[in-house]
Amino acid sequence: MSSEDWKKTMVAEKGKMLLEIVAPSRQVVRSERVDEVIAPGSEGEFGVLPGHAPFLTTLKSGMLSYREGADWHYLAVDWGYAEVGPNRVIILAEGADRAAEIDLSEVRRAKEQAELAMKEHRESLDYEKARIELLRAMTRIQVAEKHGQK
Amino acid sequence: MPSLRDIKRKITSVKKTQQITKAMKMVAAAKLRRAQDRVVAARPYARKMLAVIANLAAGVERAQHPLLAKREPKKVKLLVLTSDRGLCGAYNTNIVRKAVETVRQLQAEGKEVKVNVVGRKGRDFFRKRSGYTLGKVWSELGTIDYEKAADVGKNIVERFAAGETDEVYLLYNEFKSVMQQKVTLEKLLPVEPPDEADPFMAAVDYLYEPSAEAILGSILPKHIEVQVYRSMLESQASEMGSRMTAMDSATRNAKDMIGRLTLKFNKQRQAAITKEISEIVGGAEAQK
Repeated sequence: MSSEDWKKTMVAEKGKMLLEIVAPSRQVVRSERVDEVIAPGSEGEFGVLPGHAPFLTTLKSGMLSYREGADWHYLAVDWGYAEVGPNRVIILAEGADRAAEIDLSEVRRAKEQAELAMKEHRESLDYEKARIELLRAMTRIQVAEKHGQK
Repeated sequence: MPSLRDIKRKITSVKKTQQITKAMKMVAAAKLRRAQDRVVAARPYARKMLAVIANLAAGVERAQHPLLAKREPKKVKLLVLTSDRGLCGAYNTNIVRKAVETVRQLQAEGKEVKVNVVGRKGRDFFRKRSGYTLGKVWSELGTIDYEKAADVGKNIVERFAAGETDEVYLLYNEFKSVMQQKVTLEKLLPVEPPDEADPFMAAVDYLYEPSAEAILGSILPKHIEVQVYRSMLESQASEMGSRMTAMDSATRNAKDMIGRLTLKFNKQRQAAITKEISEIVGGAEAQK
């Protein structure tokens, strides 16, 4: 990538941050005027304000929120990485969904299925897969119940 | 000389084939659009991940991680991405030809080559021929999603980390445009981070949580998964593009063929009528 490309990815409004949240299959969020980000780091939740020290961490499954002016936005993210620069935050998540996009009934069904699969398999590779599925579903339920569609 | 009825039957048969190729072209076009969207959607993640790795690798001692370590390449693995279905022009032929070429070349260098295949077409090819060591095969994957690609990626990383292979290459069709697919050979493992790190970030010291090594350890396998995922999507888009052009020219050929057969049919019908008239006239003459 040339430095021109880098510059293009770097623009943020003055005093604000650039936030990009990308999942393998799509770009979920891109905003140039973010004031605050709170993310579920693997070593504990952390908040980022403009001018934060460069910082690279892994994320666990959980709720990520960010503020544009007075508006808070909420997402469910599953594992990944967060790269924090002075005026930007890049989140590479394995999966990410905005709270409003989550379909609660569908996620509840996924949770039940995962629980069932865990009972069936026990301590095999499938068990681990089901456990991950369960965590994903639980994060989504949490986020959607708190901030999803009413 | 075929009879009129034979020609008519032939025309009907070609028409039916044309209908099928036309339908296949349309289906491929619809699938292509979706596949193309997915390729575009997958690019930001792959690009951002590479940028993070570049920043990380700049800050950490090289060869710290097994996936970065260069070994004497004695055992080489080639992952070939082909399609499950045929009727897509030269798509599979091109990639298989390049695969054979690559294997020959590596063997000539005295390396032990193992071929891993995604797709039924490639599996059938390598299974039928001797002289190749065919490793794990994935076929009938259907629509590619991240999980399926991650399974393939995980398998490759595990084998590499266990020392079963020293180098892994990836061979796939890169999607350039509908008309153009490029057979591409890429080195997958060991990972070679791009030299040019982010100029805005490389100079500063990062805080790592947990340690840089731990992050690198978890991000490198993921990087392989993402690479496999991306190339699978590219392959699929290429397959659809290739099928679309192949079916388009097949439909056109059928049209030409129908035109030629219809002309022949009309000529012969005309000849038959002329013959009949002259027979009647001849008969009438004789009775005078």
